Amino acid sequence: MAKITKKPDKEKIGVFLCHCGTNIAGVVDIPALAGYTRDLPGVEMVDEYKFMCSQPGQDLIKDSIKKHKLTKVIVAACSPLMHENTFRKACEEAGLNRYCFIMVNNREHNSWVTEDKALALQKAKDLIRGAVARAFWLEPLEVKEVGVNPNVLILGGGIAGIQAALDLAESGRTVYLVEREQSIGGNMAKFDKTFPTLDCAACILTPKMVSVGQHPNIKLWNYAEVDEVSGFVGNFKVKVRHKATSVNFEKCTGCGICQEKCPVKRPSEFDEGLGNRKAIYTLFAQAVPNKPVIDRVNCTYYIKGKCKVCEKFCEPKAIDFEMKDSVEEIEVGSIILATGFHLWEAGQMPELGMGKYPNVLTSLQFERMSNSSGPTLGKILLKDGREPESVAILHCTGSRDVNYHEYCSRVCCMYALKFAHLIKEKTKAHVYNFYIDMRCFGKGYEEFYHRLLEENVTFIRGKAASVTDRAENESESGKLIVMGEDTLSQKLLRLPVDMVILTNAIEPQLDAQEVARKFKISCAGGGFFLEKHPKLAPVATASDGVFIAGACQSPKDIPDTVAQGQAAASAVFALTQRGKVELEATTAIVDEELCSGCEICLSLCPYQAISHNAEKKISAINDALCKGCGTCAAACPSKAIFARHYTNQQILAELEGVLNERI
Amino acid sequence: MQAVTPYLEVTDAIMEAGGEKLKTCLQCGACTGSCPWAPVNGFSVRSMIRLSQFGLEGIEKMMWECSTCKQCEVRCPQGLPIIDVVKAARTVFSQGGLLPGPLRNVVGSLVSKGCPWGGEKEVRYDWMAGRPVPDFGPDKENLYFTCCTYAYDPRNRKVGEATVEVLNKAGLSWGVVKTGEVCCGEAVNKMGETELFGKLKDTNHKLFVDHKATSIITGSPHCYHTFTKEYPGGYKVRHISQVLADAVDSGKLKLSKSLLKKITFHDPCYLGRHNGIYDEPRAVLKAIPDAEFVEMPRNREDSLCCGGGGGKIWMEVPAGERLSDFRVQEAIDTGAQILVVDCPYCLTNFEDSRKVLNAEDKIQVMDLVELVKTVI
Repeated sequence: MAKITKKPDKEKIGVFLCHCGTNIAGVVDIPALAGYTRDLPGVEMVDEYKFMCSQPGQDLIKDSIKKHKLTKVIVAACSPLMHENTFRKACEEAGLNRYCFIMVNNREHNSWVTEDKALALQKAKDLIRGAVARAFWLEPLEVKEVGVNPNVLILGGGIAGIQAALDLAESGRTVYLVEREQSIGGNMAKFDKTFPTLDCAACILTPKMVSVGQHPNIKLWNYAEVDEVSGFVGNFKVKVRHKATSVNFEKCTGCGICQEKCPVKRPSEFDEGLGNRKAIYTLFAQAVPNKPVIDRVNCTYYIKGKCKVCEKFCEPKAIDFEMKDSVEEIEVGSIILATGFHLWEAGQMPELGMGKYPNVLTSLQFERMSNSSGPTLGKILLKDGREPESVAILHCTGSRDVNYHEYCSRVCCMYALKFAHLIKEKTKAHVYNFYIDMRCFGKGYEEFYHRLLEENVTFIRGKAASVTDRAENESESGKLIVMGEDTLSQKLLRLPVDMVILTNAIEPQLDAQEVARKFKISCAGGGFFLEKHPKLAPVATASDGVFIAGACQSPKDIPDTVAQGQAAASAVFALTQRGKVELEATTAIVDEELCSGCEICLSLCPYQAISHNAEKKISAINDALCKGCGTCAAACPSKAIFARHYTNQQILAELEGVLNERI
Repeated sequence: MQAVTPYLEVTDAIMEAGGEKLKTCLQCGACTGSCPWAPVNGFSVRSMIRLSQFGLEGIEKMMWECSTCKQCEVRCPQGLPIIDVVKAARTVFSQGGLLPGPLRNVVGSLVSKGCPWGGEKEVRYDWMAGRPVPDFGPDKENLYFTCCTYAYDPRNRKVGEATVEVLNKAGLSWGVVKTGEVCCGEAVNKMGETELFGKLKDTNHKLFVDHKATSIITGSPHCYHTFTKEYPGGYKVRHISQVLADAVDSGKLKLSKSLLKKITFHDPCYLGRHNGIYDEPRAVLKAIPDAEFVEMPRNREDSLCCGGGGGKIWMEVPAGERLSDFRVQEAIDTGAQILVVDCPYCLTNFEDSRKVLNAEDKIQVMDLVELVKTVI
């Protein structure tokens, strides 16, 4: 009989051993474990089942609670992350408080990490002994509910943010759509056609942009950024900084004369440096809102103190050079981050000639060139104005490459096909695609690949190794020479072409880490925002009430991005529709008698959940903000703080249980 | 087409011999597309790796085409240590005497004489006779390691001689252990002769430790590479170009004589791509009064291999396929009158190519140290 220090109370503990198919039972000897467990003190009954999470499994728990009048329940199964809630619910349905339940991780912590059956059984015994010892000290806790503010903040006005905003606005929610650029539209607004259907991006995007601008439930805050976020699910407080646009949007009519008259020319970021914009500018002709902002870094007035040409021509007197940033605080119940992606700078691969040869283009530069409202009005042209006779598209530029980005950027194969089609449609050029693998996984994608084969595009199975302008003979003179192996024919190719288009990797926004910190979510490997579960909770995050959508989560095409925008909207809808949300009761609590008011805990709390009560000179913990991490409890010099469900007594009992070998 | 069956025992053997990562090759071909040999003789290192993944015939022939220049590794998107795979294949197929003819002599010489050039141990230090070469001892800061090529090859010997003069002029505290040194073993290691390499390594390492050497200077980038990457360590190692750059920068070595010539620099693979030393030799060259420094189109990370690494210096390469010929031509095309190198293999190959190309009146080939000697 194991030695367990137990509270004198009479407890009736039920232990349920899950096989998880063969996941656990294939390694851990369940009958032996059951036999051992039955002899532990306080254990009233032990049962086992193939899948405890299934309906019959849950019913087994519920029936046993009633039949044996169980006071505590232990389930040894998978990770609590997976099914703790399932079993807590089962307990509650049988009348047992959810905090009188313990989950033992017999899979991830045991059967999945060893092949040694003897050791696995030993560990399972240890873990269960610990759980039984702790079970004596568990106490029922009261679950509180808080209201959910129906308003929503969406950060990022690309297609993901736009879709989420429209869906939520339609459902009657008030949406604050915060976009840091002059206009919404994001990267999609730069695209020409879209694969595989070849409908033009603007044709399907701009109507949605206009709807956003006009919707009574959407507050479109462009040229704005989030400074600070506080609060918790259902009750966030967000400080939004309206950057000084130098243009009074109330007065501005969007007539555009200021842009026409401004004498400053700058490379247009929207046109990826292929065209120019003015110092007072809208991103593009169909910008929403269609009201310009002044780029103060490059405006002559801000540099030299004189000019004001825009002001001179502005009839409604909308120019306001003295405008300052203003901060507005809003309250929202939920947040969707739809901050999109950044295009990797291929300059880090000098062998591909980006920045060195003018006819080597990035993918977005080609999108702008091919776009009929772009800098060449949709003509595919070389720097000298000629049409190219041959073009090479190089796949996997900085993607699938351990030196840069290990992951596949997921959209490049398909837009490379689209590029090839557009080039064939608009020029007489022959098109070569250097690829490692063609990844055409979506609906209609393989068919599109087939169509491009029919269009006589040459596919070279090999990663292009270098691009140079070093001609070896007359016919190569003035050309870009792409070197690469066609691995299928096993031939080294030396390919003179006029234009090279790279498929730059899709990477996280450069400030993704900072944004993640602000909203208390995490970034995964590669730097994209981390979802709560890659399959089952793809738009939720570890921070309740904060959702993610689109390419900020991982590289995505438009259909998937829109789907995530709608998924995030529906998650928010479900949250706000319920109107209230349960708070985890496993929070920390201050013993007012013991607290000396030293305030050490205040600075340590990662969730800013502790404040100082000046009147009583003690610390006070906000239950809604506290995540029960226990940092304060561990640090408190007076031992005045304890964490509910993880009291010292509970933890020590469990440790004692784990470490006490069978006598 | 004849059907073949994979022979995975061979794959396993190559993997066990240090080529384990061959299993992660995606077969994208970026290596072949980057390889300097591919355009001249059709060598496909990708194909060699593919055959290794199946253990199929052909590896044993292809594996000797590689000069371990590392151009493929720099661009491999999988970060595959390709040279390790080549080396492992050589170990599996050739270790213990199955080497191509010329390399058998090299191994024989290394076993019996400790140098790959067939030179006798007794004469290793003869080139120093009558020159002010200090003995290395506790009073000396730097141990200068005499590469076998400097000791036995007449052309390279001049580089050794120049080094003596330059190091003394720079006022450096240095000396040579004038007995017991053997080849650093770099080439034989790349030839897959790991056991022999181990013996050479132990001999030199013991010599360094016994003499309490804390700082070693090498003339050859191959010695530098091996001491820093393959030896147990415990001592600082500097290549002569780093020593010269320091001495010029600190003013200890004054480059005072004018050189009214156009010069270019060839980055040796084992100095540049293998060890990232690009700036130091250039800093020295740019400090020479009046000299006009020009770059070749392929420079730094993009430098073209001379063809001499990985044991190839001893192998016969057919005319028309010699990389050094292309490289010397590239140097001539820049208009440079002096092609400066910093590696004994490059020097040997380029001197040959100068003759083959009948370009002896067009361009001179000099080691960095030799050139420095003329301007101090």
